[in-house]
Amino acid sequence: MIERLDQIFVILKHWLLGYLPESWQTPVGVILSVVCIIGLYPALFAITTVLERKGVARIQNRLGPNRVGPYGILQPMADGIKSLTKEDIVPTTADGVVHFLAPVVLVVVVFMGFAVLPMGRNMVLVDMDAGLLFYFAMGASAELSVFMAGWSSRNKYSLLGAMRAVAQMISYEIALLLSSVVIVMITGSLSLVKIVEAQNHYTWGLPHWFIFTPWGLAGFLMYAIAGTAETNRSPFDLPEGESELVAGYHTEYSGFKFALFFLGEYVAMFSISGLGSTLFLGGWTAPLEVLQFIPSWIWFFGKLFLSMGVFIWMRGTLPRLRQDQLMNFAWKFVLPMCLLNLFAAGLWHFMGAGWLRWVVCSAILILAYVSIGREGMRRKNLGPRSYRYAE
Amino acid sequence: MLGEGILKGLVETARNFAGSYVSKERLTTVEYPEERSPLPEAARNFPFLVYDGDDWEKGLRCVACQICEKECPPKCIYIEKSKDKKPDYVGKLQIYPAKFDIDISVCMSCQICVEVCPFEAIKMDTEFELATDDRFRGLLLDRHQLARSNEYYHEIHPTEAAEVDARLADEKAKVEAKAKAAAEAAAAKAAAGTSATTAADAAKAGSSAPAPKPVAAETKASATPAKPNEGEPKA
Amino acid sequence: MGFVFYLISTFTVGGALAAVLLKNLVHAALALTVAFFGLALLFLRLDAQFAGFAQILVYVGAVAILVVFAILLTRGSELPKEGVFSKTWLVGLAIAAGVFALLAWAVLQAAPWLPQEKAAPTVTVNDIGNALMSRYVLPLEIVAVLLTAALLGAVIVAMHEKERSR
Repeated sequence: MIERLDQIFVILKHWLLGYLPESWQTPVGVILSVVCIIGLYPALFAITTVLERKGVARIQNRLGPNRVGPYGILQPMADGIKSLTKEDIVPTTADGVVHFLAPVVLVVVVFMGFAVLPMGRNMVLVDMDAGLLFYFAMGASAELSVFMAGWSSRNKYSLLGAMRAVAQMISYEIALLLSSVVIVMITGSLSLVKIVEAQNHYTWGLPHWFIFTPWGLAGFLMYAIAGTAETNRSPFDLPEGESELVAGYHTEYSGFKFALFFLGEYVAMFSISGLGSTLFLGGWTAPLEVLQFIPSWIWFFGKLFLSMGVFIWMRGTLPRLRQDQLMNFAWKFVLPMCLLNLFAAGLWHFMGAGWLRWVVCSAILILAYVSIGREGMRRKNLGPRSYRYAE
Repeated sequence: MLGEGILKGLVETARNFAGSYVSKERLTTVEYPEERSPLPEAARNFPFLVYDGDDWEKGLRCVACQICEKECPPKCIYIEKSKDKKPDYVGKLQIYPAKFDIDISVCMSCQICVEVCPFEAIKMDTEFELATDDRFRGLLLDRHQLARSNEYYHEIHPTEAAEVDARLADEKAKVEAKAKAAAEAAAAKAAAGTSATTAADAAKAGSSAPAPKPVAAETKASATPAKPNEGEPKA
Repeated sequence: MGFVFYLISTFTVGGALAAVLLKNLVHAALALTVAFFGLALLFLRLDAQFAGFAQILVYVGAVAILVVFAILLTRGSELPKEGVFSKTWLVGLAIAAGVFALLAWAVLQAAPWLPQEKAAPTVTVNDIGNALMSRYVLPLEIVAVLLTAALLGAVIVAMHEKERSR
């Protein structure tokens, strides 16, 4: 019974495919799964927008939207109708084709990332051997769409926002990759399904999630920071902050295209949270051995919503980072910490089981955190301003 | 250490979030129009005319002296005097305004009309939900729309209304005392002098005396201060 | 399956041609990106998963962005005053045709020596990693040193400019 509930979507899919002839089953199966993903995540996006507005409002001592439905939950419908019926303004000097393609490219690339995420036991769309690499390849392509959006608007400020955004995304992508490489090193495989399987063991009722190891915790923190910066989310939302550069690279977009950018950003957030929970928080595994009766997909989406909650919490709390503070942070703190994390994970692997490796790895990481935190983030003395003009 | 401030900030916002469900001070939103935050007592928006008692026409305090019309800076008051007279709160016959229009789209809420009115007839109202879709006459309030009862005035400005009532009561008491003294003097004269001419005077004095009497029944507090005033016929 | 190959190669060749022929430089850069994607798809068709995804990650995610930044930070985004094609385009075409003929002859010459089985050998990331760490470790380290030198050079060039402007 519990097994059936856990595998209910797989069973449903096989039952539906049973009605089709042999040769049609694989393509239709793939299409069915793709349609489910494309239908599910925008629905989650709609719910998340309301939760975010109400959550941030409560943090700021006010009520969020509460007029549209009971407690405002139908607000996304109103937003959807608004963005669909708004006039689609394209500047006359804008580059038409590129202007149109930028949000399309963003949404396509972001949805491709979901192809390798295991959303439950046996519930992954494509079980690729190099799944993690595929995911990061798609993430790298998203930067291109940001640049396309900024450049095609023929707007100095959009362009500036786009360049800042691309610089930020590239810097933090390295941090993202390095913090995931630790996991690949320990597990020995790039396939996300195998990574979750490696975390599916329990000792004294507690799981073997990678976050419960010293290098896993440091890696998770670095991954979270880098993930927040990749999706241009507060406190790293300088490219799209409302008081900076109007709206950054999507200034000249209105109506549905803007809604697509918004959708792309939130779905990218889901995607990165999903990957983070797969790599560090055990994907669809339950936190305690006794709780395994709850279906795996509920755990996956629960962790996803938890990550969303933390994103919203951080948005309500932290002020925006300035561009140079952002870049300093990436290159002087996150990157050295990631490299040292790699070193600590290697030590962990070769030291063999026991309490010694816990102590040594934790000591290295804490020492690194304190010293790099002090040295790398020391405010440099800014002398008189020196201007540099592009030749 | 790096990150300490961030953690403290996160704890503070979490406290805000959780507290907004339980305590009122962490959720200060007033959901208009279902709830309204209370206005301070000295709030003022546009003027209204005070009337005593139940009938707004009979109890209207305004005597159409036109001082407020002359003093109003944007000249938003328009008064037309009546041809007949009606008795005011002390019983004296006064003219009343046949037309009293205030254009509140012009009014600038300076309160000068209130300050200069010698009869405490015009006071400031606090009503602000006055939006109308009638562009030309919607914000031109006439006498009937401007008249509000004294009880209403007590509701919106309690301390001011109490002061005004006390002052009016004092004045009425003084007038009554004067009238009583004059009546007594006249009665004494009538008793001493001839009957025909002074009886007419006494009848006249008597006709004006019953008018303050029902009003005196309302203000019983004036009874006691009236007594020491008897000793001073000249006020 | 030949249909898929022709579709992908149409994209690739089309993108490459557009990259050469388009007037607008940024459009040309984006067309080059399409060509890179097409190449990655061809790699994936040959079951070279690592090569395909690394192609996307490196070429689309880094090289294309680099090209675009280079266009933007210089004045390349304005349309050129003269035409895009140089006067000696005929000579260029002849040289390109000559190189292509040479490559084609070399590939076709070696064709009988290629293995005949249909199934491509699967090279997993594991194998690539092992090979890099054991047999090809020297080239790996040399490439790493080269990249470090490039990074340091970029930093020095940027720093030098700052010194001069002060």
